[in-house]
Amino acid sequence: MRNVFLFIGRYFNFLFFLVLLIIALSLLFRYNKFHQAAFSNVATEITGRINAKYNGIEYYFDLKSTNDALVKENERLNQLLKSSYEAPGLLNKLMTDTVMIDSLKKIQKYIYREAKVVASSVSSQTNYLTIHRGSSQNIRPNMGVISPSGIVGTVISVSPNFAVVMSMLHRQYTVVVKLKNSGERGKVEWDGVSPSYVTLKDIPQSAKLNIGDTIVTSETSSLFPTGILVGTVSEMIDDKSTSFYVARLKTATNFYNVQYVYVIDNAQYEEQKKLEDSTRKKFQ
Amino acid sequence: MSELLKNIIRFVLFLFVQVFVLFKVPPLHRFIVPYLYFLFILWLPFSLPRPWLTFIGFIYGWALDYFTHTPGLHAAACTLIAYVRPFIINVLISQEGTDKNYASPSAVSMGWAPYATYVLILTLLHHIFLVFLEWMSFGSFLFFAGKVIGTTAISLLLILLTELLFFRKERFRTNTA
Repeated sequence: MRNVFLFIGRYFNFLFFLVLLIIALSLLFRYNKFHQAAFSNVATEITGRINAKYNGIEYYFDLKSTNDALVKENERLNQLLKSSYEAPGLLNKLMTDTVMIDSLKKIQKYIYREAKVVASSVSSQTNYLTIHRGSSQNIRPNMGVISPSGIVGTVISVSPNFAVVMSMLHRQYTVVVKLKNSGERGKVEWDGVSPSYVTLKDIPQSAKLNIGDTIVTSETSSLFPTGILVGTVSEMIDDKSTSFYVARLKTATNFYNVQYVYVIDNAQYEEQKKLEDSTRKKFQ
Repeated sequence: MSELLKNIIRFVLFLFVQVFVLFKVPPLHRFIVPYLYFLFILWLPFSLPRPWLTFIGFIYGWALDYFTHTPGLHAAACTLIAYVRPFIINVLISQEGTDKNYASPSAVSMGWAPYATYVLILTLLHHIFLVFLEWMSFGSFLFFAGKVIGTTAISLLLILLTELLFFRKERFRTNTA
């Protein structure tokens, strides 16, 4: 026993260093698997506050582009308003419906909540955004996040007033997408090279893919509504090792100056997830 | 100003410059990430006991990790350079008693060439370890090599600029004072 203490006393510096290093490394590698480590909750709240202060200054310089983005979106939404349309003619007759269920009543599946971005990065290989909405405002992990111009990422951890969003510019991020024209599904990942470009994969070569084609979110992605813009094809990559298309996409969202985002709450997400998980379990 | 207060101010200042200035710079290339924050560890006083030095390195990296959402990544790299620092200093200081006559490592206290070597070795070590950890999760060897070289080059440039802009006047201390 005495020898053990002597050993510890003699190599205390090295052992202390080793302990700290192991703590750091174990957290690093655990975090890659389980995003909501004990790490994030309090930390997000503190760094979120500092970031919100800083963003108060930074925001001022982006006002012009933020304004432009919001005006464009308003224009698009105005186009969808009922008052912008006219009934096709006077030939329509009011019919009494015999169906007992009110088929005109729609059920809202996706709920949008606006949020201010208080911190974001594009320079790392693992980029995150912090938004000023948290569990007190009904934000939960696994919610899709979009900007006025396209998709941004997914919420991965929340604190009472802030939430951390894994950006599309993250090496572990994937999203299910489809071609807007023909509907073939594939996925989009980021290769870590440039914050303006992501990689499109898994689109079968039987589909027609051209430069300039629009890529939107697929209906099979349970986080995003169908048809949210992801990007446009800017370059086809010739990859002999696969029978799928590989292409570079210009992202729809400008990650350098995104200031406002919408967090999408899929009201049926839990239900769908539960059903899918229980089915998967049944066959294992 | 006391040495402790000075270092607390440096702690906060280096952290904020790294998070709110250097990380906000639009990336030139994926291999070039401007890192300057670890200069804080290089500037810590000679008189700090070694367990404390290691511990401060850990806490400092940890504080940065809170901002970048990478728990442990910078903490591991900072712990490593804080632990290795005394070995490098022991090898490099030429005259007997430099670590007692001066407060902290600098070009004045150690001499230009030893100080440059000291900075180069620790910068390289920090980046190799940091990029190595990143490389384990993704990337190719080209990514590893390119990023270490690119990041080290830009870091050395930033350190040189900082040393010239904020020239630290080191006082020669004697026992009689």
